[in-house]
Amino acid sequence: MAESAIAHDHGVSHGAHASSTGLSNNKMGMWMFLGSECLLFGGLISTYMLYRGRVSSGPQPNNIFDIPFTSVSSFILLMSSLTMVLAVSSAQRKDDRNTNLWLTITALLGATFVGGQVYEFTAFYREGLGFTTSLFGSSFYSLTGFHGVHVSVGIIMLMALVGMNRNNRIPGDKAEVVELIGLYWHFVDIIWIIIFTLVYLIPS
Amino acid sequence: MTIIERPSTEVAIAGAVPVGVKPSEALGVFKRPAASSSWRDWVVTVDHKKLGIMYGVAAFVFFLIGGVEALLIRLQLIAPDGKVLNADQYNQMFTMHATTMVFLFVMPMAAAFANYFVPLQIGARDVAFPRINAFGFWCFLFGGLFLNSSWFLGGGADGGWFMYAPNSSTLFSPSHGVDFWTMGLQITGIASLTGAINLIVTILNMRAPGMKMMRMPIFTWMVLVTQFLLLFAIPVITVALFLLTFQRSFDATFFDVASGADPLLWQHLFWIFGHPEVYILILPSFGIVSEVIPVFSKKPLFGYPIVAMSGAAIGFVGWGVWAHHMFASGLGPVSVTVFSMSTMAIAVPTGVKIVNWIMTMWGGKLTFTVPMLFAVGLVTQFTIGGLSGVTHAVAPSDTQQTDTYYIVAHFHYVLFGGAVFGLFAGFYYWWPKMFGRQLSESIGKWNFWLMVIGMNMTFGPMHILGLQGQPRRMFVWTKARAGEGLFNFGFWNRIASIGSFILGVGILLFIINIFYTHKLKKGALASNDPWDARTLEWMTDSPPKEHNFDVIPQINHLDEFFHRKYEQDSATHSVTQVHSADEVMAELNAHPDEHIHMPSRSYWPILLALSLPTIGYGLIYNRMLMAIGVAMVLLTMFGWAMEPATSPDEDFDPPESGDTHTKELVPHG
Amino acid sequence: MSTATTHEAATENHEVEHHGLSDKQYIVIALILAALTAIEVSTYYVDFGPFFMPTLLILMVIKFVTVVSYFMHLKFDNKIFSYLFYAGLLLAIAVYCGFLATFKFFLKQG
Repeated sequence: MAESAIAHDHGVSHGAHASSTGLSNNKMGMWMFLGSECLLFGGLISTYMLYRGRVSSGPQPNNIFDIPFTSVSSFILLMSSLTMVLAVSSAQRKDDRNTNLWLTITALLGATFVGGQVYEFTAFYREGLGFTTSLFGSSFYSLTGFHGVHVSVGIIMLMALVGMNRNNRIPGDKAEVVELIGLYWHFVDIIWIIIFTLVYLIPS
Repeated sequence: MTIIERPSTEVAIAGAVPVGVKPSEALGVFKRPAASSSWRDWVVTVDHKKLGIMYGVAAFVFFLIGGVEALLIRLQLIAPDGKVLNADQYNQMFTMHATTMVFLFVMPMAAAFANYFVPLQIGARDVAFPRINAFGFWCFLFGGLFLNSSWFLGGGADGGWFMYAPNSSTLFSPSHGVDFWTMGLQITGIASLTGAINLIVTILNMRAPGMKMMRMPIFTWMVLVTQFLLLFAIPVITVALFLLTFQRSFDATFFDVASGADPLLWQHLFWIFGHPEVYILILPSFGIVSEVIPVFSKKPLFGYPIVAMSGAAIGFVGWGVWAHHMFASGLGPVSVTVFSMSTMAIAVPTGVKIVNWIMTMWGGKLTFTVPMLFAVGLVTQFTIGGLSGVTHAVAPSDTQQTDTYYIVAHFHYVLFGGAVFGLFAGFYYWWPKMFGRQLSESIGKWNFWLMVIGMNMTFGPMHILGLQGQPRRMFVWTKARAGEGLFNFGFWNRIASIGSFILGVGILLFIINIFYTHKLKKGALASNDPWDARTLEWMTDSPPKEHNFDVIPQINHLDEFFHRKYEQDSATHSVTQVHSADEVMAELNAHPDEHIHMPSRSYWPILLALSLPTIGYGLIYNRMLMAIGVAMVLLTMFGWAMEPATSPDEDFDPPESGDTHTKELVPHG
Repeated sequence: MSTATTHEAATENHEVEHHGLSDKQYIVIALILAALTAIEVSTYYVDFGPFFMPTLLILMVIKFVTVVSYFMHLKFDNKIFSYLFYAGLLLAIAVYCGFLATFKFFLKQG
């Protein structure tokens, strides 16, 4: 929850001296936040790994996953990392037009991914896997749901960033703000790389 | 020289605000609050010292609440067939007592000292993220109030501070107490996480020139280790709390044994957080006594790098011992052996610290002021608690002790005799710096001795009670079960209960001491360096100005302030004072910095923090309210993002006096 | 000392530190990542036999590290960022593997 707050607090402007390490406060804060998030997703992934085989009622994981569909949505999220890094590189060149363009495309790709997840959840629900059906259901929806919420928060941040950038209302170093949100976005992507392999591709 | 609270427009355009933005366009939704001397200034402040004081006051109030809960528990157990509380109330009482003391007193009190003194000790003017700092405080306060509001809304949580699932599911705990507990801790967890990021970045990035890591005061070192523990431990409890919330509010099956759940899941997640947590509680106090003991022994800390590194080692090994809380749960012999060994290993760096403190005192010119007494109290009592802790590391012995009063005795010796005594050492040591007056030494000595006697009378007998087999969390004992002779329950329970009230009087004396010092103005006005101390926080006014230092000092030594006051003769190794504290400060402040820019006040931290309990109440009572809370979060975060950390002039409310020049703080020098 | 000058100095340092790749190189990396993903997905259609699990896990790690190193610039940035992030990551792996080990999780899977 703190990420956008971190992204916009400016250490440089109130420290009376340059930082001891020469690094940006904001970026250091963001990396620490991501390090901390590893423990969060680690807990959720471990819970899922422990419980994925425990199906007292309802469908088994292997019968329900639609690998081709999820592969496509994973690919879309992976490509959104490319568009994000292009946005960061445009922002570093102070190319506002392309920054906004790539940020918008990233947000759209992210939205496609979340849309795919909503479709997947409804399909699973129709096939009889509810949140309360089994341990598999509870832990699967919690893990992927948490990831989906992270993606959605990322989309909101990207869109806010585009809006603020258009009106020139980003306080502080614009390229750094784009870079920080980029870090968050890539992190969400690498978490999905793990989830895609451990949850979808390796059968229980 | 002028101290400007925020940059002039000219500087703003060149620096903080990107070119092309007129200052007035940088305005967020609200005009920013201007400086004032009313209570409103405390609501919108981002000053680390004000936030530190607010942390301290709030945590102390929670300490008193938790203390009353403890006294009710002891009152219930003073005699057979206690009638003070019924079983249900007793369960709530010990759960809320532990939760309050751990999450709402010791942790935030350590945060209070960290907030106030870390920037001062490293020679910084504020923390790295002042608004996030304010946000963290309000989260803690609102989370604590939210948690305690459960008393008026159907009763507190009743599952013990570890809240083992499935015992905490709706079947066994149907009231909303546990819901308040999970959401309340979730909110205070956000406070801890943001605080951790803020303090680590502050310590890594905002040190005065020349202050290398190995020149940092040991308190700052211990805070750094603690914050890293928090940074990585909080997300684990976050996961556990979310799972429990989903189980209770949305009927998820995580802890539903009937559908195949493993009850050890919660235990693991909780203790993966919970064991680093106990080091989070004790390490700041270790830091405080490592400051106090050298000052009152007139010697440098013995083996400074070893103390710093053993703190880091405790932090690291602390991640590999969590399952020693679960020896009786049937983990299997391999797990028990591994965790038993790692637990014994962690006693080593802890013992190293104790040796270092004793070696610091050895041969020193000891003055037993109140802070020194509390520090020695920590060293002694923590050692006792540490030794009983080692007996838990031995798994067969632990199996005997699990869930008895022996455990209660152990963790109160380390937490009360250790952590809380350390915090009291901090109160007495730093009080003159924070408030400009010295607490009375004579009342302080009464305070100390009553606390020592009370503490040992309360928790000492619990070793006996535990080994005699009195279980923890037992709400009543009967004469028939009390046994006979010297080791009967009745006698030692009575001693413990009487002790707890002596302890209560001791703590009351601290409040009386504050009243005596400040309300009656009997406390001596403090000089800038009343203890002849060694570290940077004493090299500024008491209390410090808003910008902490007129000049950021250049650091050339560990214990810089000491080295500016004293010189060592290279031939005889004798140390002589060459400058008084005031001379050092006068020399330093001869050419004060011009145009010091302090971060601007903001409404957003408190507004964002307010939206979190809204979500909490919404989750429990009304999903619409929850949606409103989520919307509030999004809107306030957006407003926060639009607001620059330091603002141009047009963004401010006109000052209350109508004088347009009050944006400048007192002209100085 | 004025804030304006330190700010500029900080910005300059900042730009010197950016040895990020060119846009073309980013696209090449994205193509490699796409190819790796294709191999991953192919395990669903083709039988990899005993190489099934190792292949997937190794590919996962390669993809993860590639995104972190190149897209997140960790390879080019100051080492402190790497320490902070990998501290969290490795701690998570160690602690949660220990946690699953107490459930004899890995034995059951084998």
